Amino acid sequence: MADENWKPKIIAIICNWCSYAGADLAGGARIQYPPDIRAVRVMCTGRIDPLFILKAFQDGADGVLVSGCHFGDCHYLEGNYKAAKRMFLLKSVLKNIGLDDKRLRMTFVSASEGAKWGMVMSDVVKTINELGPSPLKEFAR
Amino acid sequence: MAEVKNKEARIGVFVCHCGTNIAGTIDIEAVKEYAKTIPNVVVADNYAYMCSTPGQNKIADAIKEQNLTGVVVAACTPRLHEPTFRNATAAGGLNPFRFEMANIRDQNSWVHMHQPVEATEKAKDAIRIAVAKASLLEDLVPKSVPVEKTAMVVGGGVGGMQAALDLANAGIKTYLVEKSPTIGGRMSQLDKTFPTLDCSQCILTPKMVDVYRNENIELLTYTEVEAVEGYIGNFDVTLRKKARGVLTPKEAEARGIVGGGCTGCGDCANVCPVIKPNPFELGMAPRKAIYIYHPQVSPLIYTVDFDACVKCGLCVEACGEKKAVDLEAQDEFMTVKVGTAILALGYDIYPIEKKFEWGYKNFDNVITSLEFERLICASGPTGGHLVRPSDGETPKKIAFVLCAGSRDNTDTGKPYCSRFCCMYSLKHAHQIIEKIPGAVPYIFYMDIRSFGKMYEEFYYRIQNEGAKFIRGRVANITEDPVTKNLHVNAEDTLLGRPIDMEVDMVVLAAAIQPSAETEKTRRLFGVSCSQDGWLLEAHPKLNPCGTTTAGVYLAGVCQGPKDIPDTVAQAEGAASAASIPIHRGEVELEPYFAQCIEEKCAGCGMCVYQCPYQALSLVEKDGRTVMQVTEAKCKGCGTCGGFCPGGAIWMQHFATPQIVAQIDAFLLGGEQ
Ligand SMILES: Cc1cc2nc3c(=O)[nH]c(=O)nc-3n(C[C@H](O)[C@H](O)[C@H](O)COP(=O)(O)OP(=O)(O)OC[C@H]3O[C@@H](n4cnc5c(N)ncnc54)[C@H](O)[C@@H]3O)c2cc1C
Ligand code: SF4
Ligand code: SF4
Ligand code: FES
Repeated sequence: MADENWKPKIIAIICNWCSYAGADLAGGARIQYPPDIRAVRVMCTGRIDPLFILKAFQDGADGVLVSGCHFGDCHYLEGNYKAAKRMFLLKSVLKNIGLDDKRLRMTFVSASEGAKWGMVMSDVVKTINELGPSPLKEFAR
Repeated sequence: MAEVKNKEARIGVFVCHCGTNIAGTIDIEAVKEYAKTIPNVVVADNYAYMCSTPGQNKIADAIKEQNLTGVVVAACTPRLHEPTFRNATAAGGLNPFRFEMANIRDQNSWVHMHQPVEATEKAKDAIRIAVAKASLLEDLVPKSVPVEKTAMVVGGGVGGMQAALDLANAGIKTYLVEKSPTIGGRMSQLDKTFPTLDCSQCILTPKMVDVYRNENIELLTYTEVEAVEGYIGNFDVTLRKKARGVLTPKEAEARGIVGGGCTGCGDCANVCPVIKPNPFELGMAPRKAIYIYHPQVSPLIYTVDFDACVKCGLCVEACGEKKAVDLEAQDEFMTVKVGTAILALGYDIYPIEKKFEWGYKNFDNVITSLEFERLICASGPTGGHLVRPSDGETPKKIAFVLCAGSRDNTDTGKPYCSRFCCMYSLKHAHQIIEKIPGAVPYIFYMDIRSFGKMYEEFYYRIQNEGAKFIRGRVANITEDPVTKNLHVNAEDTLLGRPIDMEVDMVVLAAAIQPSAETEKTRRLFGVSCSQDGWLLEAHPKLNPCGTTTAGVYLAGVCQGPKDIPDTVAQAEGAASAASIPIHRGEVELEPYFAQCIEEKCAGCGMCVYQCPYQALSLVEKDGRTVMQVTEAKCKGCGTCGGFCPGGAIWMQHFATPQIVAQIDAFLLGGEQ
């Protein structure tokens, strides 16, 4: 299946207040990172319905990143705790359907952590490159 | 909840060059041509600066000409220009919430500068994702809420005092909350202030009196913030008034004690048998268990340190008919409503003993600059005579170590510049030359940063007065066990040779750090901080007083090291910003509320527990149990919407079909 031209398709669903701001800050600081990830902005990671992530994998995503504020820093107090719980449960679902749970990752990047955002980007791309194309890809449409 | 009318969507896409910021990396022409092929896109255009007037006009014109239902601008970031383009969208006659932004600068051209091909592909994807969402956006109306006509300032240093005075003088009732028994902050501990060398207390005390007397300021000293609820215009702040053990005249009157209450006479402290170090004098002078920090405190009310008090009751007796002392006092709680709030939490001195190589706390004659301020101050513990702690002798040869713990990337230091140490060390050098005949200051520095108005001139002046400057970081300090003199070991990097200098005293210009309760207080107000713990402004250049929490502003050092002129200037800026919503009388909240899709709602009530703001409840409707949203309480996080097992919650502007369309657009190339 490993296609010569395969490039990972990774989606990041990130909160407005911390990770999106951190990603913007990485830009301001001109921190360079791999261009394989596309971001979707939500107000808080608490908004992220596990079905969004399953939908992404069903659509053939090779990886999904969920990124929000640090614990205690969520703009809405505790959305990120709820998101973390949901992602934890979701990982076992992924395993059950035969996906490596490393394809789903949750990180916490604050509005001041531009450099960390760059590191997260590189690291996620590296992980997905190592895992190769998602086995669900051929079913996607 | 508008019906989703994807098929009828007519979207205009506008690609910004941002000069060369975007166009230097991304192939604008290719992106624009691609945009024209995306389903629902009826027009695609580009312009050098979309945020400029001609750029915004393009949007408004296209909306009218092409009868657009949605607008996508591919440019910087919504965190900068979403409001701009929403206005442009509204100017074209469309509901402003039918605008969506594709971030192709901050999260694309700037971070993939050397990969133009990949960056261009990423921009195409970002636009496709944005178009998918824009196609499903609906008309929304922001909710207008009235603004409480009161403000709060937390922290009563020079920054907080200035902010409170400005708000009060603009006619706004202001609560000034200070955790210690007096206002004044660090500035009241200083002797003189650079570069003019006016006496710190002399310029501060009148301000403290102004604050105390101002009818619009309710001064709450010895008080801390316990809880914050609500949002801009309507914060409910719960305060803990710590048990002070001494009644003000007002409080005494309220208890029916006629003519009673503390007059500041100090008879109580005279008889109190308990002696403790005075934190205001950094432990270099004593105070009693019933105390004031210093004679200029405001308010002039004594305070009982209940941890030290032995409840002997002598003070009660000494106070006599004024009946001010109440040894049974308990903490009191109160909740006040305010429209906006300013945090002015200041700073603490970094515990410089962590840099053990300089021997602070081990060697008697190594002191910090703040201790120096108290020792050189006429109202300080030694009456203004600088003496060696080891033997009370006057030091003649004094070394000043600059950047002590600042600009230090090791585990025991702080990476940032503390910003006022160079200047106050020059001031200290001047003070010893002036006060102690024959004294010579040796300043060990990395760079002298004298950046302010008249600061460089001040530096020249001190050079000419005879201060000696040695460029080099001090490696370590050792103590002569007999004389208690100190050996300063450094490298003179200008002459390129090692130095071992014997001195009588060492003054460490210690780094500063956020004050002890900053972390707790900022979390209560939902304000972010930078990696160093300084509070994060909304934008480093364009909004240095605001925060990402609407209605909460910053003043002074809590936002980052700054001297008194900068603190006061920022405080005035914050006060002005905080007064705007109050004077307008109402604010608009973004209408990202949750809505219940009643047909789908099973009435299970599980969402009710997800909401951190108690915005959801179950109600009976047409013989069925369904969820109901109280819009005034909903902040739009979407935590309920991310949870509802039946998909019965519609999150306005972040609705499930909108987000799923974005995911599909990216992964399935826009085809459904
Ligand atoms: C040795 C030394 C010498 C200096 N000399 C000069 C000089 O000559 N010229 C000059 O321009 N600058 C000088 N500075 C800098 C000056 O001290 C600061 O710029 C100034 O004090 C900043 O004021 P602020 O209001 O931001 O903070 P602060 O003065 O620290 O005041 C903060 C106040 O908030 C209170 N507070 C903190 N947290 C809370 C909370 N959670 N709840 C309620 N209250 C709280 C504190 O008790 C304090 O009263 C010097 C600094 C040092 C260390
Ligand atoms: S009762 Fe407490 S505060 Fe009063 S004199 Fe005795 S020890 Fe001091
Ligand atoms: S969106 Fe957030 S604040 Fe609003 S009802 Fe849902 S959980 Fe509560
Ligand atoms: S707002 Fe960032 S995780 Fe909740």
